Amino acid sequence: MNAMNMREPLSLLPLRVDNVVFDAGARRILHGVSFDLDAGPRTIIVGPNGAGKSVLLRICHGLLAPTSGRVVWNSPDPPHAPRRQGMVFQRPVMLRRSALANVVYALKCSGVPADVRPYRGLAALARVGLGAYADHPARVLSGGEQQRLALARAWALDPEVLFLDEPTASLDPGATHEIERIVVAMHTAGTKIVMVTHNMGQARRLGDEVLFLHQGRLVERARADVFFKSPRSAEAARFLEGELPW
Amino acid sequence: MNDFGAAVTQAAGLIASGDAQLVDIVLLSLRVSLASVVFASLIGLPAGALVAVARFGGRRPLIVVLNALMGLPSVVVGLVVYLLLSRAGPLGRWGILFTPTAMVIAQTILITPTMAALSRQIVEDGWDEYREQLRSLGARRFGVALTLLWDLRYSLLTIVLAGYGRAASEVGAVMIVGGNIDGVTRVMTTAIALETSKGDLPLALGLGIILLAIVLALNAAASVVRDAARRRYG
Amino acid sequence: MVMTRRSFCVALVLLCCASAAPAQDRFIVVASTTSTEQSGLFGYLLPIFEKKTGIHVRVVALGTGQALDLARRGDADVAFVHARAAENKFVAECEGVKRFPVMYNDFVLIGPKSDPAKVAGGKDIVAALQKIEAAQAPFVSRGDRSGTHMAELDLWRASGIDLEKAKGPWYRDTGQGMGQALNTAASMNAYLLADRGTWLAFKNRGDLAILVEGDTRLFNQYGVMLVNPDKHPNVKKDLGDAFIDWLISPEGQTAIAGYKIGGEQLFFPNATQPGA
Repeated sequence: MNAMNMREPLSLLPLRVDNVVFDAGARRILHGVSFDLDAGPRTIIVGPNGAGKSVLLRICHGLLAPTSGRVVWNSPDPPHAPRRQGMVFQRPVMLRRSALANVVYALKCSGVPADVRPYRGLAALARVGLGAYADHPARVLSGGEQQRLALARAWALDPEVLFLDEPTASLDPGATHEIERIVVAMHTAGTKIVMVTHNMGQARRLGDEVLFLHQGRLVERARADVFFKSPRSAEAARFLEGELPW
Repeated sequence: MNDFGAAVTQAAGLIASGDAQLVDIVLLSLRVSLASVVFASLIGLPAGALVAVARFGGRRPLIVVLNALMGLPSVVVGLVVYLLLSRAGPLGRWGILFTPTAMVIAQTILITPTMAALSRQIVEDGWDEYREQLRSLGARRFGVALTLLWDLRYSLLTIVLAGYGRAASEVGAVMIVGGNIDGVTRVMTTAIALETSKGDLPLALGLGIILLAIVLALNAAASVVRDAARRRYG
Repeated sequence: MVMTRRSFCVALVLLCCASAAPAQDRFIVVASTTSTEQSGLFGYLLPIFEKKTGIHVRVVALGTGQALDLARRGDADVAFVHARAAENKFVAECEGVKRFPVMYNDFVLIGPKSDPAKVAGGKDIVAALQKIEAAQAPFVSRGDRSGTHMAELDLWRASGIDLEKAKGPWYRDTGQGMGQALNTAASMNAYLLADRGTWLAFKNRGDLAILVEGDTRLFNQYGVMLVNPDKHPNVKKDLGDAFIDWLISPEGQTAIAGYKIGGEQLFFPNATQPGA
């Protein structure tokens, strides 16, 4: 077999967000946001309420279509290929099945062959520390455990990019710590992290770079240590002081 | 009041004696109604779920029609099926008029709209909760409908029970397409109608009590199964 | 979970097979009337025939008009009704092969014991109907093109009463079978024309009783016909003929005479009576 014919699939990244505008009815949520996301750094998106962070995340993931502008991946996702980017929501939605079955379901949706699914599922559960709960009904797990399960579900697909929308907003500090640990582990294993959070401590802990959104515009983008110590924009400064509404 | 007392006595007597004719009628009623519910569920539940998650032109009018069909009068269905299955009708050569098969067909037609309309509502309500997550996972429309059907199975069980209740209690359709033939197509409801017209009201009422007891027992059994499953699977 | 799903499918298949018609190779469908069924005659008579011949008789009980309609559509093999004019028409239209008289009973005028129209004890049905109309006493009609209904209409005509003009709130056209009409009359304390067979078997009499009987015009003849197999190829000619032959045979006639309620005979066999 000629080695030249066996192509590695192109990386999804860099992701180009090109002048994305989003209107919800009469209200404009995003006013022409543009940026590129490269593989590597953990990207945190912050900003006050109503800045459009969640909408932006969903547009990048593909759940929402921009009113105008484009989201361009480096390699277009062919319809039949496994999804190479996943998303974890603030509240995980689990099916009324066992924990393992939920992960297997996600693998099935991605077209992973049936005989492989249980093994990948169990491996993913083990990585997030839920190995013992494989046969437990997912809905019976605690909030923190379900969120870990959501991460296992995403991780099982071996994604290149993982979007997270305030994944620990509903969790206590202990569970939050667990989730952060897993996110870091996924990043170490090679997944690009793009996370929206309201928790500035978390942003400081996890962020390599920060995108600051304010009233639907990308106001500032900087390395995390630079952003938190001396933000360039006035809005970012007021936001970090707590003067902008959360 | 006398009639009611006599009815209870009749019912008890019939059950205690294990009257063979009564047993035949009860078994036939169960077979016809359960078969109808099964077929109606197999058709109606997925159809309703699909309408809930799909987007197509004419969806709103279709939902209105589905909801309206829940009120299909049983005699009308009976009449239409009779005209279809009659020897003079288009499907006459099947020769199934005045058989339990015809009764199952009529009852299935009668309750399928109810199953579809109600499952549409339940799945649509549930879809709100699941939509983002399932779309994020890349689930496809048709698969999503089935996934939701299974996930919402406890609520759907209530629909199935409602369908069974309607099938077990209707008399108009089975009377016309079945003919209430003794030993062949006589079910609880048509037997009750017959005894009433013979003026034997206590017996008719007694049969009614037995019919109610059967429907109650089925509902109770379903409730037990659902609670047990819920505790296990969450 | 897989185990229960599989056993569920098995149960489903069994259920479908179970709801098919009982395996009866030799059977005929007889379209007959509510009065014959509700009197209990078939429950008594048919087991005797089935035991002798192994032919299962499935009776669909409707009003005479509806029964003949059923036969016209080819949905029955035999018609067994009690309206001679309609039966003759049926044969004349080549829907039926030949009409055979089988048995007779009589109609009786049922009414409340309080008898507001004062007809009790009479032997003249026409006079009684005239009194009822004059008194505008509540009267329940079958209204369903049954043999009884047609007989009732004939009697109104014989009384010289134009029903279309005379109809009022006193005349209740219910469109029901014999038993249901009796129930209605019992709860309304109304008069009605019933066949003696159904009345004898009827249990919910309330305040009703037989008020007029014995008039020769109340004679009620039953006839049986094979549905024409030339018009409806699905008709089971041999089995249907076997049933008809048995009904008019001495054995069948004796069986009919043997049906009694409270010692009283309901139907009188007269297959051999000329002009019946």
